[in-house]
Amino acid sequence: MLAWAVVRPFGWPEAVTAVPAAGIAVATGAISLDHARAEAERLGPVVGFLAAVLVLAHFCDVEGLFQACGAWTARWAGGRPVRLLTAVFALASAITAVLSLDATIVLLTPVVFATAARTGVRPKPHVYACTHLSNTASLLLPVSNLTNLLAFAASGLSFTRFAALMALPWLAAIGAEYLVFRRFFARDLAAAAPADRDTGEAPRLPLFALVTVGCTLAGFVVASAFGVEPAWVAAAGALVLAGRALARRKATPLSVVRAAAPAFLAFVLALGIVVRAVVDNGLADVLGHLVPSGTGLPALLGIAALAALLANLINNLPAVLVLLPLAAPVGPGAVLAVLLGVNIGPNLTYAGSLATLLWRRIVQQHEHDVDLGEFTRLGLLAVPSSLAVAVVALWGSLQVL
Amino acid sequence: MRVIAWLVEGTWPACVDAVRAHAPDDAEVVLLHVSGPDVPAVAHGAFAGLLGRGHPAGHRPAGDWGSDPGDRLEALGGTSAAALLDAAAERLGRPCVREERSGRVEREVVAAAEGAELLVLARDGDRSRLGPKSLGPAVRFAVDHAPCPVLLVWPEPAPALGTIPPPPPHRH
Repeated sequence: MLAWAVVRPFGWPEAVTAVPAAGIAVATGAISLDHARAEAERLGPVVGFLAAVLVLAHFCDVEGLFQACGAWTARWAGGRPVRLLTAVFALASAITAVLSLDATIVLLTPVVFATAARTGVRPKPHVYACTHLSNTASLLLPVSNLTNLLAFAASGLSFTRFAALMALPWLAAIGAEYLVFRRFFARDLAAAAPADRDTGEAPRLPLFALVTVGCTLAGFVVASAFGVEPAWVAAAGALVLAGRALARRKATPLSVVRAAAPAFLAFVLALGIVVRAVVDNGLADVLGHLVPSGTGLPALLGIAALAALLANLINNLPAVLVLLPLAAPVGPGAVLAVLLGVNIGPNLTYAGSLATLLWRRIVQQHEHDVDLGEFTRLGLLAVPSSLAVAVVALWGSLQVL
Repeated sequence: MRVIAWLVEGTWPACVDAVRAHAPDDAEVVLLHVSGPDVPAVAHGAFAGLLGRGHPAGHRPAGDWGSDPGDRLEALGGTSAAALLDAAAERLGRPCVREERSGRVEREVVAAAEGAELLVLARDGDRSRLGPKSLGPAVRFAVDHAPCPVLLVWPEPAPALGTIPPPPPHRH
């Protein structure tokens, strides 16, 4: 099933095999009906949360939030490459944390490229920063990355406690990435553009989208204080933005459903059930010996390194589903260490995992490809350094909070 | 006489100025810009790494979760290359040919220089001191492999002679 998800013959959605595979797992008794139901109940709110965040991000784009962000950074940077990189780091970190990594990759990257090109700055460091930060900056909130949502459901942490524990690792990892980028791309960043390039008109402030996102974030804090599932808050925010777009005829009911990526949601649910079946049938025993127990600094480093390795081999979604049942009994610290590994680790390869990378190399979907040596050198510098400082920061947060 | 000026974001004005200063009035000037494949390819790769999103085959409108940001980058790259060449032609202020290429940058430059009498390019490395590191890998390749005379310019005023390290002590 994983192979199918990577290869995707005929361009069919991954859910086409994932859902039947989950059905077979249940039908053949590889997973008991009770376990399957428990898994589905656990994943239900996660999938709902995910759908809401995807809708929220999509309609922020419709409201022009990303375009406005591009225009602001262009004006602030004024054609100075280092300043633009700083702005891109701040922007990509905020967008990844609040609107998920999908938003950064699909919606923000083209805007950043256009901004760099328009102001005469070499786009390479800035585009690479978007791809790296879509992983590294997805540590902060449960909504930032699907891996976080899965771990959030398993860890038993509240929304605010999750964010409080992850705030320091998030900042530390982004800081480490920033230093690596400044050094690695020093030559490109020194190529100053002629200053007379036009930086575009002052953008219209997408006030409605900003206020909705701000209220949704505040709602997460309030909801978790009262023990309400934060997925409801995200759904409310998504409904407000989608409703406005519908009322203004900028969207149709079909485009709202599309924005929620239903095939993806089905895939997540099915993947969870299949992985549970695999873990039930022996994988837990094998990996159980490898996962360090305890929550001291060496144990956390070990867990994060193992998670990063596994995420690079398969992909971070299956990796987190495999490691969660093993880390959850150890405690929230271990679960968060797994997240550091699976979120930062994929920066080692530009396609997220060796499996995807190898397949892309085999089919050569694109005539030319990334300079693999350069990207890997960047990953070998950025991943270990940001992972190490993030784990130390997590350990510190666990001691204090 | 055919003069090729290889223009890169951030350093191109120096090349255009060098053409104005050194190319004969009757020379045919070609302004060359090469788009490398790696920036869109990184976006393609990041998109492919999003497992399970059910990306459909074919193009989707921008903003849709199924639209590959790499495709958008390729389109935008073409627009920005054209804009750069326009700005350069304006700065040059004389008739010229604009040439846009895409592929491995250093090899495309060498190929474009075939049959030319002069290749003008700008240093793209560490420009804080005089020395071999002031050439990045792409310019190094083009200088080493150019099939014609080369005019290598500093994008900014050149650093002082004092930036050269002292010679190593004489050994017996």
